[in-house]
Amino acid sequence: MSRRRDLLGVVPFFVFVGIFLIIPTLVVAIGSFLGTDNRVTFDNVTALADGYIVQAFIRSILLSAVTAILGAVIGALLGYAVVTAGPDSTVRRVVTSACGVLAQFGGVTLAFAFMATIGLSGFVTLFLRDSLGVDIFAGGVWLFDLPGLVLVYTYFQIPLMVIVFLPALDGIRPQWREATESLGGSTWYYWRHVAGPLLAPAFLGSTLLLFANAFSAYATAAALVSQGSPIVPLQIRSALTSEVLLGRENIGKAMALGMVVVVAVVMSLYAALQRRTSRWLD
Amino acid sequence: MVGLVRRRARRQRIMRWVVVGVLGIVFLLPLFALLEFTTRGAGGKLSWDTWRVLFDWQQLSETYPVLWTGMKASFWLMLLSVTLTLALLVPTVVWVRLRLPRLRRLVEFVCLLPLTIPAIVLVVGLAPVYAWVVYFIGGSSLTLTFAYTILALPFAYRAIDTGLSAIDVRTLAEAARSLGAGWATVMWRVVLPNIRSAVLSAAFLTVALVLGEFTIASLLNRDNLQVAINQLGKSSATISFAVSLAALVLAFVLLFLLSFAGRGRRRHRRERTTS
Repeated sequence: MSRRRDLLGVVPFFVFVGIFLIIPTLVVAIGSFLGTDNRVTFDNVTALADGYIVQAFIRSILLSAVTAILGAVIGALLGYAVVTAGPDSTVRRVVTSACGVLAQFGGVTLAFAFMATIGLSGFVTLFLRDSLGVDIFAGGVWLFDLPGLVLVYTYFQIPLMVIVFLPALDGIRPQWREATESLGGSTWYYWRHVAGPLLAPAFLGSTLLLFANAFSAYATAAALVSQGSPIVPLQIRSALTSEVLLGRENIGKAMALGMVVVVAVVMSLYAALQRRTSRWLD
Repeated sequence: MVGLVRRRARRQRIMRWVVVGVLGIVFLLPLFALLEFTTRGAGGKLSWDTWRVLFDWQQLSETYPVLWTGMKASFWLMLLSVTLTLALLVPTVVWVRLRLPRLRRLVEFVCLLPLTIPAIVLVVGLAPVYAWVVYFIGGSSLTLTFAYTILALPFAYRAIDTGLSAIDVRTLAEAARSLGAGWATVMWRVVLPNIRSAVLSAAFLTVALVLGEFTIASLLNRDNLQVAINQLGKSSATISFAVSLAALVLAFVLLFLLSFAGRGRRRHRRERTTS
């Protein structure tokens, strides 16, 4: 009896999550398999094989992979630099707060910041043109297309890497390095045989998280790209807002389901690597 | 050995300043460009007119009603989302720890679920749910609170869960109960004061999230700060670039203060145990 009463305590939470998280997910999942007449159909899912949707998925995956790898490598380097400064240092505090803002805040602000930097009348663009005679847009305005997205996404991937990789770097004990050195190991040997293998799972896991992050991002692309829909989130937007073609909404749901599948696969790999890391880095 | 350690420390210091310096410049450049763009006056002269408008709220609300509506909406959304997130999450997480330990995995899984579902996907599914919300309580922008609370769950859950792990909730609660305290008193006067910094960090993270959220508001056709900034970006870029920068700086200050709140508490506890 008292157990049943205990369960009442978690009812509000589960009701809320049910309405605003579980039902929307089901709407997407079920809607992907419904036609305009509300009958079960595989048309939406097979429509994913359309050339332009496949292209969008390939571009999204490519964009996410490239920016994840760039962000992971540079972010790990910055993370390591910060860790050498000690846990209570000002450098660390400033860098982690700045990273927190830049990783989470993203979106429209970042798009604007880059327009002001290397947009048509941006600060750097004008400086390069007027002072050095270099026109960065000689081959076309790439900022508002895929190359621009790579640049801006990398800008928020690096800070995210710092945040998610710092705990792993903190887990590395200085004693391990001293042990290597007292046994005659060089710096290179230490990184190759001690720190490298220990950090590898955490590094790979963080890279996967970065991939999922870029793959899910929408706001930056929406604010930056005004013409065409090169990546999946923008394709979903046009499917949702399309008033010309009816029945596109369920294709949008199918694309959304496709995104969930990709992110879910990546995140479960991440969770597996995370478990492996936490076995000895805690 | 000592020489080796000292040499390594020096090498690391040089490496640190090079890496932090170079990346610092790269990362500050776009922010500086925002500032430069908003202070570009006629004839290439420095002008603070845009920023003067930004801090003159009367004029701001008259000249840019869209922006003003968005700012107001985001302000209320911040308050409401923090309240709802904490009111929903703190009692649930504490209760599960105390009375229903078997549900812990499930609650954790549900809370981390929004990380796996991109916001753009959530919007697709939320659209019909919001049709009902509008039917029952109207279509105000403040209804976004519900969606934002979901988005904040992973971050808030982790913060609160970490805070609870650091104290022995069960013993504290049993002690209070045996002295005759009711559950409400246990919650309010025993548990909450002990996880204050965790609750604070959950609140700050939620605030940062609400300040920067664009996807859901924009696709559900609601107003918030980011939607207004994006809309104004097309007609009067300068003012919207200025607001962007101001919001970014505000979020940075919040998180920077947070880094002190967390550390201050830890140091406090260490001192207490050593004395």
